[in-house]
This record gives sequence, C-alpha cells and structure tokens, in this order.
Amino acid sequence: MEINSGLFLLVGAALFSIGLAIVILKRHAIMVLMGIELMLNAVNLNLIAFSQNDPVRLQGQLFSLFVMIVAAAEAAIALAIILQVYRHFNTVQLDELNELKK
Amino acid sequence: MVQLVFYLFIVFTLGSALAVLLTKNVLYAAFFLLLTLLGVAGLFVLAGADFLAVSQIMIYVGGVLVLIIFGVMLTHKPDTGKTDFTQPNFILTKHRSWLWALLVAGGIFSVLYRALVRGNFVLLNQQAASYRSTVDTIGRQLMTEFLIPFEMAGVLLLVALIGATTIAASSRNK
Repeated sequence: MEINSGLFLLVGAALFSIGLAIVILKRHAIMVLMGIELMLNAVNLNLIAFSQNDPVRLQGQLFSLFVMIVAAAEAAIALAIILQVYRHFNTVQLDELNELKK
Repeated sequence: MVQLVFYLFIVFTLGSALAVLLTKNVLYAAFFLLLTLLGVAGLFVLAGADFLAVSQIMIYVGGVLVLIIFGVMLTHKPDTGKTDFTQPNFILTKHRSWLWALLVAGGIFSVLYRALVRGNFVLLNQQAASYRSTVDTIGRQLMTEFLIPFEMAGVLLLVALIGATTIAASSRNK
C-alpha cells in the first residue's frame, strides 16, 4: 500500500485540536462529551498508525482497544451524571450550573 | 486507488469533525459525530487494523453514539404547547467566545504540526508489513501478554454498568 503513514499523525493532530476546540467552545454538557470522544479517537488513530509496523505484538492496537473500552464506560457514566444534573437544575448548559446544592 | 480512498476518508473525517465544531444544533452535531466516527473506522482499515475498525463501529457508532443521542433527547425541554412535526428539532447549544477556543486549539495544532513535520519517525519510514488479518494476533495477545488488562477491563465495564444505572435511577428513591 502506498499510504504515507505520516498523514495519519497529522489527521490525528487535527482531530485532537478540533475535539479540544469543541470542549472549550460549547456550553452544552453533551457537546463537551462529544469533544472528549473525538480527542480519544485522535489518540487511537496515532496508536494504530504506529502499530501497523508491529505485526507480531500489535501493542498499539491492543492499547487502543482498551482506550475504546474505557471511553465506552466513561460515556455511560457521564451521561448518567448529565441526566441527574438535568433533573436537578433543569438545564445542561454548563455555565448555568453555578451552585452545589439546591 | 488506495491513496485516493485514503484522501477521501481524511477529507470526510476532518470535514464532519469541523461540522461538529461549527453547528449549533446538538442533534446535528451528534449525527456529524456519527460520520466522523465512521470516517475514523475507514482510516483504521487503511492502517491495517480491521478488528479495531469493526470494534470502532460496534462500540462507538452502535453504543456510545446511541447513548449520546438518548442523552440529547432526554435532557431537552420541548417548547410548551406547540409541537410542529414538520420542523427539524432545534436543540441548541450556546457558544463561548471563539477567541480562546481558536487560540488554544490552534496553538496545540501548530505545536503538534511542527513536531510531526520535523520529527523523523524511524518506525513509520519502514516498509509496512504486507496486509494480513489481525484478529488472530489480537486474540492470542489478549489471552497471553494482555491478560490482566483484559480482565480488568471486564471488571471496569461491570462497575461502570452498575454505577451508571445506580446514578441514573437514584432520584426515584426520594
């Protein structure tokens, strides 16, 4: 395959930056979660790009498999927390959540 | 040919990621995130990681994204009274100022870009091994070298499952 592997790293960097911009820019809690998922995906892309030259042990691919598992667990917990926040405050716009108790 | 597909997937992935960044509608952002994750799965295939691509589609598109869309819909206050089924959903997010987001993200990207362009990655300059399926190797590695992380991941998923249901349902007891 004539694929320039360095491009994977650049795409990973761009995806990471876009994810970071989403996390900083958006005020909706679920949008922040989406930005975090994008950043995790960018990291996985890097790990897999390096892993294609390691066909015997495949450490990069296995690491990114575990990253995916942790990301799935994180998304489930985060959405449960966001649901509770919504029940408590009736909004999920992060800047409006400004007190710890009712 | 492969190169063309590779560039197409790159444009597809980065374009839909930018759309997630630019749109104000949370529901549209969730669907653009779907396209981004599918594009990343395509890039995984092009990097020779077939098993990871399938897991990406199953875990992210089939699991995480459905959860996110459920979350978007459950945390939305519909306008009182009028329900117009001919209009698209407007579940909007507010933006902070663009200055800091562009400053931080652009700064990180420029630093990473300079490092990646200057860096000479010996591993990547090697000729990649000819393609063969990775399922066999991953299965063997999970049962030998990565056995303990594998078991820990199982426990972690169980804990996350119980924790998520407990947190999400706890208000019913009051």
